[in-house]
Amino acid sequence: MNPLEQLRETWRRDQVFDFVQPAPDFSARVDTTHGPILYVEDVSVSFDGFKALNNLNLYIDDGELRCIIGPNGAGKTTMMDVITGKTRPDTGSVWFGQRMNLLKLSEHEIARGGIGRKFQKPTIFEALSVFENLELATASNKHVWYTLNKSLTGEQLDRIDEVLKLIGLKEQFRMEAGALSHGQKQWLEIGMLLMQNPRVLLVDEPVAGMTGEEVEHTAELLTSLAGRHSVIVVEHDMAFVRSIARKVTVLHQGSVLAEGSMDQVQNDPRVVEVYLGE
Amino acid sequence: MLTQRLLLSDRGGMLVLGLVLLTTIIVPILNLAVPTDSPLYVSNFTVGLLGKFLCFALLALSVDLIWGYAGILSLGHGAFFSLGGYAMGMYLMRQIGDRGVYGHPELMDFMVVLNWESLPWYWQGFDMFWFAMLMVLLVPGLLALVFGWLAFRSRVTGVYFAIITQALTYALMLAFFRNEMGFGGNNGLNDFKEILGFDLAAKTTRVGLFVASSIALILGYMACRYIVTSRMGRVIIAIRDAESRTRFSGYQVESYKLWLFVFSAMLAAVAGALYVPQVGIINPGEFSPLNSIEMVVWVATGGRGTLFGAIVGAFSVNYAKTFFTTFSPETWLFILGGLFVLVTLLLPKGIVGLFDRFSRKGDKQ
Amino acid sequence: MNSICRLTPRHAVQQWLTRLLLLCVCSLPLHASAQEAEPAPAQPTFDELVSQLATGNLRQRAATVEQLATHQDERLADILNALVAGDLLASKDKPPVIAIRSGDQLTNALDGSDLTGAAGLRRIPVNNSLRTQLRGMVAQLNLTHPNSDKRYDAVQRFIRDGVDGETAALLRERQPTEGSGRVSDAIDAALALFDLQTGDRDQRMAAIDTLSGSLEQEARNALRSVAENDEDAELRSAAAKAIESIQGRIEFYRFIENVFFGLSLGSILLLAAIGLAITFGVMGVINMAHGELIMIGAYTTWGIQVLFPDLIEWSLLIAIPAAFLITALVGIAIERGVIRFLYGRPLETLLATFGLSLVLQQAVRTLFSPLNRSVTSPEWISGTLSINPVLSITYTRLYILLFGLAVFFALLLVMKRTTLGLKVRAVSQNRAMARAVGVRSNWIDALTFGLGSGIAGVAGVALSQITNVGPNLGQAYIIDSFMVVVFGGVGNLWGTLVSAMSLGLINNFLEPWAGAMLAKVLVLIMLILFIQKKPKGLFPQKGRAAAD
Repeated sequence: MNPLEQLRETWRRDQVFDFVQPAPDFSARVDTTHGPILYVEDVSVSFDGFKALNNLNLYIDDGELRCIIGPNGAGKTTMMDVITGKTRPDTGSVWFGQRMNLLKLSEHEIARGGIGRKFQKPTIFEALSVFENLELATASNKHVWYTLNKSLTGEQLDRIDEVLKLIGLKEQFRMEAGALSHGQKQWLEIGMLLMQNPRVLLVDEPVAGMTGEEVEHTAELLTSLAGRHSVIVVEHDMAFVRSIARKVTVLHQGSVLAEGSMDQVQNDPRVVEVYLGE
Repeated sequence: MLTQRLLLSDRGGMLVLGLVLLTTIIVPILNLAVPTDSPLYVSNFTVGLLGKFLCFALLALSVDLIWGYAGILSLGHGAFFSLGGYAMGMYLMRQIGDRGVYGHPELMDFMVVLNWESLPWYWQGFDMFWFAMLMVLLVPGLLALVFGWLAFRSRVTGVYFAIITQALTYALMLAFFRNEMGFGGNNGLNDFKEILGFDLAAKTTRVGLFVASSIALILGYMACRYIVTSRMGRVIIAIRDAESRTRFSGYQVESYKLWLFVFSAMLAAVAGALYVPQVGIINPGEFSPLNSIEMVVWVATGGRGTLFGAIVGAFSVNYAKTFFTTFSPETWLFILGGLFVLVTLLLPKGIVGLFDRFSRKGDKQ
Repeated sequence: MNSICRLTPRHAVQQWLTRLLLLCVCSLPLHASAQEAEPAPAQPTFDELVSQLATGNLRQRAATVEQLATHQDERLADILNALVAGDLLASKDKPPVIAIRSGDQLTNALDGSDLTGAAGLRRIPVNNSLRTQLRGMVAQLNLTHPNSDKRYDAVQRFIRDGVDGETAALLRERQPTEGSGRVSDAIDAALALFDLQTGDRDQRMAAIDTLSGSLEQEARNALRSVAENDEDAELRSAAAKAIESIQGRIEFYRFIENVFFGLSLGSILLLAAIGLAITFGVMGVINMAHGELIMIGAYTTWGIQVLFPDLIEWSLLIAIPAAFLITALVGIAIERGVIRFLYGRPLETLLATFGLSLVLQQAVRTLFSPLNRSVTSPEWISGTLSINPVLSITYTRLYILLFGLAVFFALLLVMKRTTLGLKVRAVSQNRAMARAVGVRSNWIDALTFGLGSGIAGVAGVALSQITNVGPNLGQAYIIDSFMVVVFGGVGNLWGTLVSAMSLGLINNFLEPWAGAMLAKVLVLIMLILFIQKKPKGLFPQKGRAAAD
């Protein structure tokens, strides 16, 4: 946009400037009156000519549990990066509910707004205790001054207690997080997500490196979360996906290849070709 | 509750602070009340030296706060230290009044030499102590605010941040070397006479400055301790260990880094302001990148990530420096250089970590 | 060998000349004995004539000079020039020793040997008429000299000393046969200057026209005096216009000169930074001791000159490979001894290498001295190349510019075309994968670091020619070098080239109005701001790997 056009834009009488608009109200419920809570439309991302996402369209309904599968390089992680604000797309739009334009928000604003993310590799604060990990994740005022002077309320402490029980780390709450086992770290990270109390959970490969029992437990937890939260799970483990999935989306080369129930998707000839064909 | 948080849970810190407090009480007595021929007498030189070390310890605290806790390596903390020192120096210069070599009532000697007509605008107000003290905090604080805001907002981290902070202090050094800057150029500010009306050469003034430095260190320690034991402190450690996780947990990482950086810069500036009247000079050499990196080594040697480790490091390295530069100046740089290598290779947790390891071994037996 | 010859044409010519001269000297006694055997020839030899200069009265001396003029001898011009200036000395021996004085130095006029300090030498006297005769001869000699540089200098001297009728005639005579364009232009300017003073109106007009193309200070002065004082208004305005056009061209050449200085500063930065571009850019290792490696390279040059005092002319050429080897070995020692334990911990690497830099500095101070060492510049690298009266370039800067570019392209070739380069890039991109396909990554790390360090050493050789060689040499360059690499975009050699050159240019164009120190400060501030804006430099690496 050249300067003249910018100026003209400024003169428009119906223009509402950003600074006059109220700051996004995170405490208010996300407006989902039209059904979906997350709109990803025509999103493209390219790195040095390589198209990681290619006109991706994805709609997640409020309270839905969605599994996303796809071969390596299909763009699953990039998609999460775009939704959480880590990567800005070249084109397209991403809306959270009806009113929140995620492309205009920074990572922490998106997180405060109600989108939580679990990384592929468990990322927790290894030098802090399990309790402190959850404490930091707790949904509360996260401004510098507030964290310097205020400690958590009793309600929030109760919530931590609850989550500790849920993720089975009640005994270890004083332990340094770095000393936990791999599976426990995965759990702790999920617990931290829960403390954020997000509307949408993005979960990247939650059961990688878990034992059979732990996998079962995780599947149970994720299914129980659906309904209150929308959950998007990216996973390679087909058995796991089958055990939790209601609706599956298959990504391939940066766009949606197929969408539907697990059975539908598995019988789709294009999906079979992508997975087995090469 | 607060004392529990700040002191009781911090055994190492208690010990170190206790020692500092003890010297603060004993040294003035031994210097002022004991006759000079007594074996217990503490010489003026030692008082000055200890006062200097106290300032360095405060400086080390400031470096440890952002390096040890937030993982941000600043190689430009000497700049904040020196700016604080210059602000104090300007006050002390204004106190000289017409007792300078040229006897000009308002202008400094070096300004008379440069044929300046009047006092530059930025020297105004420094004749007032409160104003100078405000500037001690504000100037470095503002520099840190602007610089940090630019850097953290663009997510300049790690070695890049280290390198540009080093460039910052280097640029300031070159700038302060210029006579036209109006800070005395090469020679800097010196030849001070008095502070708040007290003669700087007097024994009691020196002891007073020593005690002031000591109090500043204790207060600074408490402030740092308050920060690192608060939830903010845990956020800072979280940023150090997993920055993106912190971000996705809803914390605005940049503002945490920024405010910590600003606080740390101000702490360094206070150290500089206390240092200058005790050594009697401030010149552009203080800005040299070598100084800034030396501070980092104090912290590394003492043990980064523990506040009292920084104090231990500042005292031990500077004691060694005084010792070697007196008895065998040649070897000092070898030792300092070797220290850099040794600490990074063998003692990542510094002296404090070493004690920890021994005491833990002891526990097991 | 071939490449060495190509690098030092001036040097080779000098060697050849010296050898020729030695041959002459050696054959002198042979000449004498031959003369004894044969009857005395009617024509005395050149050497005999020169000896005769010292004897006899002024008239005889004039005759000798006449005779000398018939000889085509290289040495003649120098001898006559010295005679005019009163710098030709003779002893009372038979035959006398004839010496030329320049400043405090005395050289034998015939065999070129050094006579400095010799006693008993007295000036050969000349009078005014002889002097006039000699001047004409010298001018003629110089104007017909086979070397065009000598001819150019001769014309330049006329222009500087003022052209009179006699020399104008000489110049007119030479003009049609002059082959070199440069000399011919200078002759035009000299004649125009003469015409401008003495000619009629048309000639003066033509002279102004000619002079408007000349960059000589004298031409400008002459034109200015015409423009200010002449009675003829038309001539005045023509002269004023001519001055204006000259000023325009001077501005242009000043600009070119600035660009050249900027590029030359840039090439120094490039040399200092390029080794870092390898160790920091490709390996991700922060080597704060890089500056000290440069210093070691500079000291190597000094060492070579101390060890082989007879080979000053070749010292730089010997020092380049020597410095490369020595610093590469030091670099490998640093990598094996310290850095390899610190991979993946860049801040610790920074501190440890900084410690090493202190140790190296102090080691040099203890081993040699804290004082600067003087490194001699070989003759072929000193002097200036004057392209025209306002634009001259020192050879040192020119050679360093060329050398910097040569090193850059050599390195580029190594990285892009050799197996070593391939392996280095492979390890830098994915260590585990590279190991899996059989690259010995440890070995490659050491070699890469050695390569980067070696280049630092080579840079030191170049820097020894323009700065003081002392223990602090490296410190002065380390921050600049890092800035260059970061500004260009880490891991991008071309970026390093562009950033070094642009920083050199910016610095050089800021200097005239900001002063050297402030210019540097401004450049640093600019860089700091730039890195905030584009943390990944001018040419960032993109892609998934870079995003992490």
